[in-house]
Amino acid sequence: MTAENPYIPYTATVEETWYETGGDRCIKTFKVVFDDEDVRTNWNHRPGQCAMIGILGVGESMISISCSPTEGEFLRFSVMKMGKVTQALHQLEPGDKMMVRGPYGNSFPVDDWHGKQILTVGGGVGQAPLRPVVEYVKANRDKYAGLTMIYGARTSGDLCFKGEFEEMSKSDGLSCHLTIDVEEEGWGHNVGFVPQMLLDLNPSPEDTIVITCGPPIMIRFVLENLKKLGFADEQIYTTLENRMKCGIGKCGRCNAGGMYVCKDGPVFSYAVLKDIPEAFA
Amino acid sequence: MSAMLLNKEKWPEFIGKLTGKNLWAPKLEGEAMRFAPVAEDEVPELTDGNTRIPPKNIVFPQTETMYRFQLGDFEMKEPELKEEMILLGIRPCDARAMVIVDKLFSWDVDDPYYLKRRELVTLVGLACSEPGLNCFCTSLGGGPASTEGLDLLMVDLGDSYLLETITPKGEALVSEVSELLIEADTEKIKMKKKMVSESEGKIKRSVDHKGIPEGLPGLWEDPLWKSVSASCLGCGTCTYLCPTCHCFDIQDETEGFEARRCRMWDSCMFEEYTLHTSGHNPRPTRRERTRNRINHKYNYYVDKFDVIACVGCGRCINLCPVNIDIVEILRQVKEAL
Ligand SMILES: Cc1cc2nc3c(=O)[nH]c(=O)nc-3n(C[C@H](O)[C@H](O)[C@H](O)COP(=O)(O)OP(=O)(O)OC[C@H]3O[C@@H](n4cnc5c(N)ncnc54)[C@H](O)[C@@H]3O)c2cc1C
Ligand code: SF4
Ligand code: SF4
Ligand code: FES
Repeated sequence: MTAENPYIPYTATVEETWYETGGDRCIKTFKVVFDDEDVRTNWNHRPGQCAMIGILGVGESMISISCSPTEGEFLRFSVMKMGKVTQALHQLEPGDKMMVRGPYGNSFPVDDWHGKQILTVGGGVGQAPLRPVVEYVKANRDKYAGLTMIYGARTSGDLCFKGEFEEMSKSDGLSCHLTIDVEEEGWGHNVGFVPQMLLDLNPSPEDTIVITCGPPIMIRFVLENLKKLGFADEQIYTTLENRMKCGIGKCGRCNAGGMYVCKDGPVFSYAVLKDIPEAFA
Repeated sequence: MSAMLLNKEKWPEFIGKLTGKNLWAPKLEGEAMRFAPVAEDEVPELTDGNTRIPPKNIVFPQTETMYRFQLGDFEMKEPELKEEMILLGIRPCDARAMVIVDKLFSWDVDDPYYLKRRELVTLVGLACSEPGLNCFCTSLGGGPASTEGLDLLMVDLGDSYLLETITPKGEALVSEVSELLIEADTEKIKMKKKMVSESEGKIKRSVDHKGIPEGLPGLWEDPLWKSVSASCLGCGTCTYLCPTCHCFDIQDETEGFEARRCRMWDSCMFEEYTLHTSGHNPRPTRRERTRNRINHKYNYYVDKFDVIACVGCGRCINLCPVNIDIVEILRQVKEAL
């Protein structure tokens, strides 16, 4: 990521780590800070963008930047343990180095949404790209009419960013609705699937932007229900995920139809997405 | 642009002047013709027909070191690319392919490896007098003597080569061998024209691509994709040997503490290409992968870069082990529009 070579990553130091969820495919969050001061100050990401993070000798993976630039001069990544690279990343502890290049992709056009009500609908690790939007709106509270967040996972243990929700529901104009698939003892929130919860809440489409990220099956039903609620294609945003290597529109790997997800995406409005042939493949 | 003449008697001398300059030319290695460095005392003969392996590896090596590092250390060393080279005998279609691929590698973010290699290479083309059985360059804006992408074009006129300079790089090369050349007269230019039009006449295959880029989206679910891909083995030959295919994988290789991150050719015809770690595959069968290959070349690339990403070199047809034929696929596409 030098001016001459976009493939060269920067080094960053892991400052804090914690587990969001447990199990085989647990999600660990890393708070990292670039080692070079110039990189730190010049780095500028927007909500919805991603970065290639990795370890020299192992490889790189595309991961959503799960913090808003308004939070400070650090980055957060919430990584699900999947294959080679993500397993190696999971071994990093505070003080260890991580390689980072980016930021990549387009972003949620948050500044075009001033004055609007923002609704986020997330499932599982899909909350990672939504979290920066939530934080951005919180930091610029006066510019938005309000924010409603719907977030669900299989079990309460599969929800990310748990400590952050209570505080949120206390703030004016912000509301947070959590749901899990099946009842658990002591769970004081909704039980049921995310798309159903959306219908039950019955949000008005008027002056509202909705962003949804999560497993493909969830997205499909959320889109269906948004249509039932009267949302227009232009009001709906989501992100796509495809296998990636370069992150800069060269390796050819990430295309969905004629779109390179790493450059033309990952954020798409449904108005664009519905005409991309492979978008929901 | 100047037109000079090199008498073939002076060929060994001409080569002798260039061999010290990192000269590469077609060479038969085993069964396959490919570009290889020309040794000091070697005099390559330029024969009919194109190389089996396209010269894209000159600017986009099959495996390329992106940077080296020591395990446990964070200093990354990029390879220094600075040696100029001359590629002698590249065919017009393959030079045109480079112009097409340039667009991708300079789209928004520059790819330093590819663009540096492009800058360092001088392309000396050879016009085709005997096009191959499956050549269809003339359908796609090219031709047996197309100069797009070339620095210098050579035309075989029997006992001499006509040398036409196209760019300053070509001029520079000609000036270094000027004592071997004479000015070409109008007679020779006429001979060239005749040779080129005869050669064009020998091209028997064609693609009528009018309407295809715009029409492909409408054929997304057409049954033709299943039938045209039914016998595909997923071997990737069609893409590895295609001069416009540019997809790559990135891998880390380690040996003791020495390590490098490198990129290598990859193919959208492989199942793993799009396979997510979760097991989900957006292009699960050869039908989707073949559809992607054709769409990428004849629709997506046109949308983004305004040019079809196929030069009609015929390699994918010649070398597919089960005779899948892009000209035939495109004929069916056209028919289905
Ligand atoms: C835009 C985008 C945002 C993402 N955000 C997150 C996130 O915030 N948190 C998270 O946990 N995961 C995220 N992912 C998925 C994550 O990139 C993959 O899970 C990860 O690359 C798997 O790598 P691996 O080495 O562990 O798996 P392996 O199977 O060992 O590696 C194969 C290689 O293939 C590529 N690859 C495989 N699957 C995917 C995939 N689904 N997406 C992209 N590349 C893939 C990577 O280059 C990877 O190194 C995101 C993917 C994309 C495209
Ligand atoms: S698609 Fe086939 S004919 Fe076209 S450039 Fe590639 S190899 Fe040549
Ligand atoms: S060369 Fe032929 S068999 Fe091999 S992947 Fe291409 S179309 Fe399929
Ligand atoms: S990840 Fe390489 S082109 Fe998108």
